[in-house]
Amino acid sequence: MDKGRQNEQSSEYAAGNGIVNRRGFLERALFAGATGAAGAGTGVTTAWAEPLAVPRWMTEPGAALSAYGQPSRFERKVMRTGVPAPNPATHGIGSIRTPLHLLNGMITPNGLHFDRSHSGTPDIDPDQHRLLIHGLVKRPLVFTMEALARYPMESRIAFVECAGNSGALNTIQAQPGNAQSIHGLVSCAEWTGVRLATLLDEAGVEPRAKWVVAEGADAAAMSRSVPLAKCMDDALVCLYQNGERVRPSNGYPIRLLLPGFEGNMNVKWLRRLKLTEAPVMTKDKTSRYTVLLPDGKAWQFVFPMEVKSVITQPSPGLTLKGPGFYEIAGLAWSGNGRIRQVEVSADGGKSFAPAALQEPVLGKALTRFRIAWQWNGSPAVLQSRATDEAGMVQPTRAQFVAQRGLRAQYHYNAIASWRIDDKGEASNAFA
Amino acid sequence: MRLRDRAARSLLLCAAAIAVAPALAAEAPRFGQPISPGDLASWDISVGPDGAGLPPGRGTPKEGEAVYAAKCQACHGEKGVGRPNDTLVGGFGTIASDRPAVKTVGSYWPYATTLFDYIRRAMPYNDTKSLSADEVYAVSAYILNLNGVIGANDAMDAQSLPKVKMPNRDGFIPFPR
Repeated sequence: MDKGRQNEQSSEYAAGNGIVNRRGFLERALFAGATGAAGAGTGVTTAWAEPLAVPRWMTEPGAALSAYGQPSRFERKVMRTGVPAPNPATHGIGSIRTPLHLLNGMITPNGLHFDRSHSGTPDIDPDQHRLLIHGLVKRPLVFTMEALARYPMESRIAFVECAGNSGALNTIQAQPGNAQSIHGLVSCAEWTGVRLATLLDEAGVEPRAKWVVAEGADAAAMSRSVPLAKCMDDALVCLYQNGERVRPSNGYPIRLLLPGFEGNMNVKWLRRLKLTEAPVMTKDKTSRYTVLLPDGKAWQFVFPMEVKSVITQPSPGLTLKGPGFYEIAGLAWSGNGRIRQVEVSADGGKSFAPAALQEPVLGKALTRFRIAWQWNGSPAVLQSRATDEAGMVQPTRAQFVAQRGLRAQYHYNAIASWRIDDKGEASNAFA
Repeated sequence: MRLRDRAARSLLLCAAAIAVAPALAAEAPRFGQPISPGDLASWDISVGPDGAGLPPGRGTPKEGEAVYAAKCQACHGEKGVGRPNDTLVGGFGTIASDRPAVKTVGSYWPYATTLFDYIRRAMPYNDTKSLSADEVYAVSAYILNLNGVIGANDAMDAQSLPKVKMPNRDGFIPFPR
């Protein structure tokens, strides 16, 4: 290899083990196009070997119009999955996860938004459902769903992430799992509703009030205390999810959205908001969703989901088809605001290169990142490391475990790794 | 030109409509309906760590044992040992250790009031909000006694329950960020 060729290669690669410099990749593609040459090592070079056939669906009429569209029958594997409940008698307790590795973009389709429930999904008649605001307010108020629908509304694209997401990585040895089973308790939707501040202002908040107990209308009447400041800031009482009414498993007819805060606080089937001076210390704020540290103390009131990212493609189950070009794509998010940067490594964190962030990059929403990778066919370890606009950077697993140990259970946000073997198969790994 | 004419005519029509319509002051939307404290009482089931919201009633561990056997044991096991659902008793010494943390009412929960609040709103799983206040106090007392937190004859009510000192009461620290 002569000196000129070497120089060209070094400018093409932005990080070790084949992470392609974005500009270098684009320039090379343009050059290849102009000269008619096949891109070096793209893998798609075999000539088509038979005449193209006219498919059956072009010679006969298609199906009749349908009242509510469904995915293609060829996409039936794109499903939420979960672990069966340990006790069939209490099957409403549990979670079902988003197939992150089978989706693209930043929005989660409504039928695939993750669902974590404590007592099943209630079948609520919106005409009988009420929202009560009381406690430390001048005027306790009741709202019908019809009344709520008359208020000025606003939309925001926001992620919701269960505090237990990625908790499967709290193990000494890496266990089998994929993007869905490990990281699938995060989803992102366009939520539309009424600003909670508008409703609280109407009720007249007493100066002593500092917290708001939010309670659902499910059988468990799941409840959490939320700081009043968050309720007055960007909280929404949502009626719509991606344009249609909120799905039952996500809180129909109304849910609370607290952008960036742990999923459990975004109370579904919202029926009551009580303003109080102090938090009421519900079961889910004490026995659950506290972060146990190595010394036996536990962090309480851990509200924002901190900066995190996961590579969705390639990932376990999506086997690489031989050496050549691949796009590494994934999702990054932070409960503290926008994603500023995502860096990707193909050599287990020895070297990183910045990925392209897909617009729009919104605060407290999923952000899609992408980078080109030239896989040489040998084992690799893929990692992504996100930084948010507050300057928070995802810790390495070693840093994270050194601080929190492996028993914290909730709020896991260390850098995650996928190991790619020489057959192109990806697996969960600790690197 | 024609478009502009049409726009001008619409403007004139609008102006005319405004002129004849009765003046309506712009106001903020207010669609909440006031409700009296009495009418919302049945919904207000929150119990604070200071005992605010606890209803009248009382129960002892002995009375709670019968409620537990009938309504709770099938999921939480004999004497709260757990399986198939959550373990309610024991786990002492596992919270600050290298062993897996066994978080139970006794080893982890900071407030006894949370137990009353949660049982009343969410248990028994298949028939929630069905227990009387006496039964909720009694079964709370039973679980606290199984954990050695209260004595076998200690009755729980709105006064005594908030005074129970839970073993892990000081186990929680604020999130530093």
